[in-house]
Order: sequence, then structure tokens, then C-alpha cells
Amino acid sequence: MTTSFVRSELVTPDAPPASLVGPVGWVRKNLFSSIPNAVLTLVGAYIAYKLVWSFVDFTIVRAVWTGADREACLDAKVGWAVGACWPFIWAKFGQFMYGFYPVEFRWRVNLTYIIAILLLVPLLIPKVPYKALNAVLFFGAFPILAFTLLYGGSIINPWLSVIGWLAVMFAVVLLVAYVLSVIEKKPVAPYLNYGAGILAVGVSCMLLVRTGLFAEPTMPIVETRQWGGLLVTLVVATVGIVAALPIGVALALGRRSKLPMIRFLSVALIEVVRGVPLITVLFFATYLLPLFLERSPDALLRVLVGVSIFSGAYMAETIRGGLQAIPKGQFEGAQALGLNYPRMMGLIVLPQALKLVIPGIVNAFIGLFKDTTLVSIVAIFDLLGGLRAGFTDPQWASPVTLYTGFAFAGIIYFSFCYFMSRYSIFVENRLNTGRRR
Amino acid sequence: MTDGTLPAQGGTAPKVAFFNDPKIRGYIFQAVALAILIFMIYSAVSNAVTNLTNQRIAAGFGFLNNTAGFGISQTLIPWGEAMSYGRAFVVGLLNTLLVAVVGVVLATFLGFVVGIARLSPNWVISKIAYWYVEVIRNLPLLFQILFWYLAVLATMPGPRDAYSIFGNFYASNRGLTMPKPMFGDAAVGILIALIVGVIAAFVVRSWAYKRQAETGQQFPVALTMWGLILGLPIIAYFLTGMPISFEYPTKGRFNLSGGTTVIPEFIALVIALVAYTAAFIGEIVRAGIQAVSHGQTEAGRSLGLSEGRILNLIVIPQAMRVIIPPLTSQYLNLTKNSSLAVGIGYPDMVSVGGTILNQTGQAIEIIAMWMGCYLTVSIITSIFMNWYNQRIALVER
Repeated sequence: MTTSFVRSELVTPDAPPASLVGPVGWVRKNLFSSIPNAVLTLVGAYIAYKLVWSFVDFTIVRAVWTGADREACLDAKVGWAVGACWPFIWAKFGQFMYGFYPVEFRWRVNLTYIIAILLLVPLLIPKVPYKALNAVLFFGAFPILAFTLLYGGSIINPWLSVIGWLAVMFAVVLLVAYVLSVIEKKPVAPYLNYGAGILAVGVSCMLLVRTGLFAEPTMPIVETRQWGGLLVTLVVATVGIVAALPIGVALALGRRSKLPMIRFLSVALIEVVRGVPLITVLFFATYLLPLFLERSPDALLRVLVGVSIFSGAYMAETIRGGLQAIPKGQFEGAQALGLNYPRMMGLIVLPQALKLVIPGIVNAFIGLFKDTTLVSIVAIFDLLGGLRAGFTDPQWASPVTLYTGFAFAGIIYFSFCYFMSRYSIFVENRLNTGRRR
Repeated sequence: MTDGTLPAQGGTAPKVAFFNDPKIRGYIFQAVALAILIFMIYSAVSNAVTNLTNQRIAAGFGFLNNTAGFGISQTLIPWGEAMSYGRAFVVGLLNTLLVAVVGVVLATFLGFVVGIARLSPNWVISKIAYWYVEVIRNLPLLFQILFWYLAVLATMPGPRDAYSIFGNFYASNRGLTMPKPMFGDAAVGILIALIVGVIAAFVVRSWAYKRQAETGQQFPVALTMWGLILGLPIIAYFLTGMPISFEYPTKGRFNLSGGTTVIPEFIALVIALVAYTAAFIGEIVRAGIQAVSHGQTEAGRSLGLSEGRILNLIVIPQAMRVIIPPLTSQYLNLTKNSSLAVGIGYPDMVSVGGTILNQTGQAIEIIAMWMGCYLTVSIITSIFMNWYNQRIALVER
């Protein structure tokens, strides 16, 4: 009979003590690991509770939901300390959303929003097909449509003139190519006929616009002076965002160009614009553009020019970061394939660079969206301007009007920016394929 | 040899059409760009001349000597309505710098608190810091300034019912009223003592570092420095016979009298700028601290350093390398954002300049002065921060 004093199998490990696992363990580790920590937890929880509760209490619990004027929101009439005065928002809703856009035409604004959402949502969801077509529609066709809808005027003419300009530009490029091929004594390029044809189409389109044959059908014009509220906020933000990309790409390429003149001009523009506050750029656009141009452009248009240049300069630095991250081998590879500069940039470098900096671009968009509030300083009536105008209405003057207005506008601004920042994180994670293990 | 055939053996490069030669092409592009630029400048100038003549505005900075004739609610240098536009602009510039300096100091402090709180092992604290950053960063700055100004400060009670803080400070819708220091003639002595103290502190510091490098002996540097900087002026204060007194504000029946008042526009602007910038600085600080590998902390522990020394000597210096460049741009952003003061009427450079612009119509000159001032401030800040950045940068082979 043998007796072994050596165990033949391992002892099964005990379960960790109950105080270290599960909710109890989590609480002990994260909330009460030491006495100072416990004090911090309690103080922090109290502050958080106070803040969240006072917001919920104000906007929902003690709020007044219906009423016709300030009487509805006075403590004495209602019988309790009134929170948010939502009837004030309902009454001013049109002003906050559309400014002085005529009531009977507000469907045009709404239609623009609906089309924008229908085009934008599939663009943002990666799984939806036809991205290229979608992008062309959103960035190419939608702006003309939106302008026609919002501003009014002739319905066909803007399309015709855009087609005309594009065709003329295209034809000129072809003709220049033809002239060069003649100088080089190469056989005459076969696309000369197309060039002439396209030029003819372009010129005839522009002539048609001139003759006024298509001045009808028209929609009543709504001057930009009458635009306001969230509409202006969104118009300024969208135009700034859409214009920022091409301006930014051009300036970023210019900054990295080997041509000293081009590089100097790009650097100078970028650094000057980035070195001064947006408000001075807006003042520049508002006060100096009319001085420097023969005819003074529309007030909103001036602001749009200022915002576009400003956001373009910031976008240029974001894109430059992306360009700098592209390895030299990519440029050399493109050159080895015999690609010229536009093709090297357009086909090889820019797609990679832009993809790298998408989060940066989205962040620039968020910044721009917030910056649109500054247009209210140069007398353009955006959401914040509408809010301030709403405060001055004596019919709704009550102690809670201010807070209600700020809560409402705050929720709108926060939702837009928060959505954009979440989307940027989502894109970042999706594009992070190379570094993910 | 004619065009289109291969070059004969002998090494002449294949002839390229002149417009395909990158060098010539470059010249052509630049010439075109220059021509467009010159044309734009020419037409802008000629239009401006015509328009200015029509509006009967004389170009040039001569108007700066004219009498301004408007009041400014906060001035750091003496100001009267009879003084010139030029001086008004300087008053505005100083107000901008005041907001920028106060804002940068407070935002750095709050930003570090937020960034460290974000990394706290305490779940509640890190969540609060997280939501602070999310909420503040996603609301426009002008919105926040207006909120503080219109919804918080303007709804404070009037001077009659002003809140009293510590007995000598009063907060009302007119701003924050506090004791006003009165400097006697001998107060110059205190200033001299302070300057001497600061210089002496830095001399002691460099001597102590040198001695430590040579002999290894340590010297209580921080304690001595504080002693010199704070101690000397205090000694001077008593030696010169206590020349500083305070004029305390008193609450009368209808108004507050005496003391000095910080205007609510300044308070609203500083609160909003500090809160907004601190959210961004908090994220920068968090990223900087997270960029220091945990192995560095562990190495410090294995050397037997205390947690405080690990933080001071190992983690923070390395984190600062990551933090400084983006921190610089936040400082610049804060300075530029202070121009939003015009939205609530705090008399900064843009606000005062806007008043001058409306009165005189000298748009080109005023906007050029704004841009010049902001560019100068930006350049000075970045030069200083770049110098500091180079000093702390990692030195490699």
C-alpha cells in the first residue's frame, strides 16, 4: 500500500470574494476605493443630481405647456414656481425657424429640408449603394435646386446657365488641348468635333437664358433679407462646409506646391485668415466687399463669402495634415506610372489623404456650425438672432422667458453638434481597419 | 533629327514640348496667378477709390487724432470723451489683452482640473468631467456668452439687494463690487521688493540646480523661491509703514458706493471663455497624460520614487511635450474668441473699433488695425510657446 503525499491534481481555485466581483465589487473599486474617493463620489453625485434634476425639473416637471401670452407663465396665475414657458416657443416657433420668410412660402423651406435629408441620410450610411451618384446629386444638383426653391425666381434658367458654364469650360479645355496638339504637330485630336459641339451647346444654353425664353415658369422671389432663424444658420453652415472643401484642397495643395509664388500666396492667405478672429473676417466681408466691388453684393452673400474663406483656410490645414501623412512612395509610384500632377493628386494622393482626415474634417464642420452664430453680430438674423429678438417681445416678457429660450436653442445646437461628433467617431472607427487587430 | 523621332545615340534627352516642361509650366502658372492677383488688387483699389470719393471719406489714418466723443464702460488707462479715436482703440486693445490674460490663466487651471478629473479612477468624477466636456464643446460660444450675460448676470438683484460675499464683496446686476486698493507713495518700495524677490528666486534656482548637478546635494528650491517672492514684499510692506489701504464698498439705501466694480460684461465674457476653452484644454491634457506610457510610471516606482515625484519628475514633463503645441493654439483661440465681446458690448478692440467704424466710416483702416493687432498677438504668443516647446522637446541623437 502506497501513500502519496503529493497531490495528483491542482486545487480548483476559489471564486473571488463576493466583494470584488459583480456590482458590489464594481462599486467598491470605482466609487469607494478609499475615504477621499468616497467623499468625492458623494459630492460629485450630489452636484450631478442637482444639475440634471434642475434641468429636468425646469424643462418638464414645472413647465407650462399651453397658453396664449405671458399670463400663462406667471407664477401667480399658475400657482407654482413656473419652469419652462413652452407656449412662448410655440408662438415664436415660426420666427426661430424661418425668420421673416413669408408664411405662405414656408413649404419651400420645408421641401428643401426634406430633399436635403433624403439625399444626406443615404450618403451617411455606409451600406447604401450608389454613393457616387448620391454625392453628385447632393453636392452638384442639390445646391441649384435649393437656391431655386429658397430664393425663387426662374425655375429653369439657373439650371440652364450652370449647364452652359460647365459646357463652355469643358469645351475651352478641349480646344486648348487641340491647339497644343497642333503646335506639337500631332494628328488632330478626334475630340475636336465634340469640343465644338459642347461649346455650341454651352453658348446656346447661355443665349437661351439671355433671351428670357425660360424666364417663365417662375416662383415668387423671397429676398434674403426675409430669411432668418434656423434656416439662415443651416444655409450659412452648409454653404461654408461645401465651399470649405474645394477651397481647402486648393490651398493645401498650393501650400505644398514647389512653385514659390503659389506657395507664398497660399501660406499668406491661410496664416492671415487663421490669425484673426472670424468676426473680423465677417466685418471685412460686410464692410469692405461693397467698397472693393463695383456693385455691392447681397448682405447674406457677403457673409457667405467671408465664412467660406474662413472655413477654407482652416480646412486647408486639416487637409495638409493628411497630405503630409501620405508616404513619399505614393507620389513616386504615381510619377513612375507616368501620371501627371492632376492625376497623381486626384487619383492617388487626395483620396488617401482625405480619408485619413475625415474626423478632422467633421470636427471643422462642428466648429463652423457653432461659428455661424457670429453672423448675428453683422446683422444677419440667424437662430441666435431670432432668439434675442424673441426676448424683446413684451407680450411674452416673464421671468422664465429667457431661460426657456436658451433651453430651446441650446437643445437644438447641442443635438446638431453632438450628432456630428458621434458620426465622426463612428467614421473614425470604421476607417480604422488598418490599425485594428 | 526631327521632332517625333527617337533621339540619336549620344545621350541628348528626348525633346519635350515646351508646355510639358515642368519648369516652364511652373513659370506659366505663376505668371497667370500673379496676373490675376494684380488685376484683382487693381480693380479693388480703383473701385475703393471711386466708392470712397462718392462717400466723401478720406483714406488714411488721420482720423485717429479726431475727438471720439463716446464713453467706454471699462478702461485700464484714463479715458475721457474728449480724447482721440486712436486712444479709444488703445483702450479697447488693452481690454482685449486683459480678457485674454485672465482667461488664459483661469482656463489653463480649470482645463488641467477637467483633464485630470477625466482620468480619475472615480467613476462619478470622470463621468461628470466627460459630460462637462461634451455639453460645453457642443454649444456655440456666443450662445454661452449670451446665456451668462442675459440669463444669469442680468437677472441678479439690483444694487439695493446685492448679494454680499465675505462682507466686502457685492454681486449685483451691475457687476462685482469689491474693495479698491489705495496705494500710498511708499508703495513703490513694495513693487521694488517684489521685482528683487522674483530675480533672487531665479538666481537661487539656477545656483541650486548647478550645485545639484555638481555635488548631488539638494536644496529646498520651491520653498526658498516662494519665500523670496512672497516674503520680501511682505517685509517691505511693514518696513515702509503699510502704505496700501483698501477703500471698502458700502451699501447705501439705493446704491453701492466706493470700492471698484468689475462690469458684468467682463464677468460674462471671462466665465464663458474660460468654461469653453477649459473643455478643450481638458481633452488636450487627458490625451497628453495618456500618451505617457504606463511603463514610465512603473519604472519610477521601481526606483522607489514617491507618487508625487513620479508625477512631477517623470509623467508631467513627458506629457507636457504632447500638451504644449495644441495648448498654444487653444490660447490663441481664446484670444481670438474674446472678440465675441462685441456681442454683449464689452468694450474690447472689436467693439470699440466697431463704434469708431460706425462713426467715421473708415472701414479699411479699422479692419486693417484689427487684423494687424490680432496677427501681432498671435505671432508673439506662438513665438513664445515655440521657444518653450523647443526647450522641453525630446532631445534625440
